[in-house]
Amino acid sequence: MSLEKFQYDNKIVKAFIIATVIFGLVGMLVGLTAATQLFYPQLNLNLPFTTFGRIRPLHTNAIIFAFVGNAMFAGIYYSVQRLLKARLFSDLLSWINFWGWQLIILSAAISLPLGITTSKEYAELEWPIDIAIALIWVVFGINLIGTILKRRERHMYVAIWFYIATFVTVAVLHIVNSFEMPVTFLKSYSWYAGVQDALVQWWYGHNAVAFFLTTPYLGLMYYYLPKAANRPVYSYKLSIIHFWALIFVYIWAGPHHLLYSALPDWAQSLGTVFSIMLIAPSWGGMLNGLLTLRGAWDKFREDPVLKFLVVAVTAYGMSTFEGPMLSLKNVNAIAHFTDWIIAHVHVGGLGWNGFLTFGMLYWLVPKMWKTSLYSRKLANFHFWIGTLGIIFYALPMYFSGFTQSLMWKQFTDQGVLFYPNFLETVIQIIPMYMLRAVGGGLYLTGTIVMTYNLIKTARAGKFVANEEAEAPALEKAAPKETYWHRILEAKPVMFTVLALIAILIGGIIEFVPTFLIKSNIPTIESVKPYSGLELHGRDIYIREACNSCHSQLVRPFRSEVVRYDPNNMEYSKAGEYVYDHPFLWGSKRTGPDLHRVGGKYPDSWHYHHMLDPTTMSPNSIMPSYPWLFDQFIDVEGTAAKIKAMRTIGVPYELGFEDSAAEQMALQAETIVSNLSRDGIQVHRESEIVALIAYLQRLGTDIKVKTEE
Amino acid sequence: MYRQILQSIQNIEIWPVISLVLFFLIFIGILIKVILIDKKHIRKMEELPLDDGTINNQSPE
Repeated sequence: MSLEKFQYDNKIVKAFIIATVIFGLVGMLVGLTAATQLFYPQLNLNLPFTTFGRIRPLHTNAIIFAFVGNAMFAGIYYSVQRLLKARLFSDLLSWINFWGWQLIILSAAISLPLGITTSKEYAELEWPIDIAIALIWVVFGINLIGTILKRRERHMYVAIWFYIATFVTVAVLHIVNSFEMPVTFLKSYSWYAGVQDALVQWWYGHNAVAFFLTTPYLGLMYYYLPKAANRPVYSYKLSIIHFWALIFVYIWAGPHHLLYSALPDWAQSLGTVFSIMLIAPSWGGMLNGLLTLRGAWDKFREDPVLKFLVVAVTAYGMSTFEGPMLSLKNVNAIAHFTDWIIAHVHVGGLGWNGFLTFGMLYWLVPKMWKTSLYSRKLANFHFWIGTLGIIFYALPMYFSGFTQSLMWKQFTDQGVLFYPNFLETVIQIIPMYMLRAVGGGLYLTGTIVMTYNLIKTARAGKFVANEEAEAPALEKAAPKETYWHRILEAKPVMFTVLALIAILIGGIIEFVPTFLIKSNIPTIESVKPYSGLELHGRDIYIREACNSCHSQLVRPFRSEVVRYDPNNMEYSKAGEYVYDHPFLWGSKRTGPDLHRVGGKYPDSWHYHHMLDPTTMSPNSIMPSYPWLFDQFIDVEGTAAKIKAMRTIGVPYELGFEDSAAEQMALQAETIVSNLSRDGIQVHRESEIVALIAYLQRLGTDIKVKTEE
Repeated sequence: MYRQILQSIQNIEIWPVISLVLFFLIFIGILIKVILIDKKHIRKMEELPLDDGTINNQSPE
């Protein structure tokens, strides 16, 4: 049994650590900006690049892909080498992974403020960047699996299973959700429409949470918590059970984002049931983490690393109880579209992802620079201010979410809405938005303190770029007598295939019927494709990210139907969305639902409202959009849009695009003359006209036509 | 309409029962197999992060 000498690559880990810290600061700062814009709308700066609608996805993408993504690579690349007793498969691939990922982040930072977006949450980046993401992810996968194949430790520790599941599932999710039809180099339409698009999006969205924010971090927990506590996990057997249960059950939970929507009932029910089932494997992970410290809680009092890790795991437990509760239809009826969801996201994001990252960094940096942490006091300060930050974030949001929802639903004794004006419900919760920004500010302060602490630590130490290691070479034959799961662990390729099968089952069972059985989306005769002008308007809606604040889904509740469609009393039907590529149901109502806004206000109302919302809605927090009045639509580009839509199934007649310019001019003229009757002069091809055309179309397909 | 399709399939009510039973059998099966795993193997696996082959086992602080 010869002892082989080799070296662990620390340089790549260092690079990812630096990127993690930088983008953590950037992502949190953008988040703080978004939070402030909600009570101080002047911070929208009257510029297209900095409106809340564009800032919000910049924040989510920065935190998820730039902060958590880089942290994940740092943590995985460090731990995987040591668990398998082998250097990473390829230094070249490691650096392609690193620089490729940072380039993707850069392209996001440029494209999102420019309004180049698909509108689909956590998948906003347009199709050329989607391709880059797929390529870099494959590079990561080859590097990961290559390292597993050249390992010296035959058996894969539980953290590695989580890394494999992450790689495999994120690949599937990204590819399936990114099926889109390019229109131009920087614009595409989702291949799916309406209800199907909603299902694919939230299968993707929820599983992005599951397999980008949870499974890699559970893997990291299974490595860094034992390392920091210097004891093994509580129950290895439990880790086996909860791993397979988690990756199988998680996939089905996507529909819990679509409760009381136009998604078929059977799919909603599956989502709810599996979300409740998910409590068990999630808490298996939490208990395994927390009980690792049984009998050693005195260490927790002394060590800031353990403080962060334990609070992280606790926050994970809280989120994974709250999530299933929010998946119950009766709870969801209150919580959907409100700040409660935001609170939930941030308990998980700030608590689980943030704190686990911080704990990992405080452990890794002293280790890799061969010194002790510069200041334990500052680390403890970070811990306390970060925890306060989470509390100041979440509690105001629980309050505002619940309060606003109940205000939306309240009727007077006479049977009319108590708060008929949506804006009233917003104004009442502004103080909560201020408190939330305080929370975010505290959290960011802690991160700044951490940055200082880590830099001082590195300065005082000596970095080891390649760490000497030795281990016996891999034995030729697998041991004969071994238990069955150990056999699985020893055969990484079979393991990967089985994990892939486990995660595909849920998706296939939920997708196939929704897509194939026509009756799941009942056809509505009167629903027609958008006109050329309306398509332009819709694309402007997407570019300005109106869906960041406005939903387009009237739920089957009396309070919603009365508020949003008092004349027709119709909630939103699945068949109305069949030509919506992509769907625009939205996930938050910072402003009112717009699905039935068509015909509700005169054209001039929309004109004034987009120019300066406060003129039509005093004290509105909505930003102004003055550039819509100076910019013109690209009429030449209409044909490309129509052709793309036709390719993905919208029944435009052949030759429709030839008369499109004419039709558009006619439709625009009507709007122009409506506006001029109200004393407004506007150019026929200005963007505001297109946007008004789109807004006035919304929800009118099923309206009973009355005398104009 | 899908109700008509579903109603036309003979004895359809048995399929969800089959899937439930299948799910439980697999779950209980794995549970039992895991409970019966040899303790010695488990000990080796859970120690893996703590023994990582680094020659320099200097642990600061």
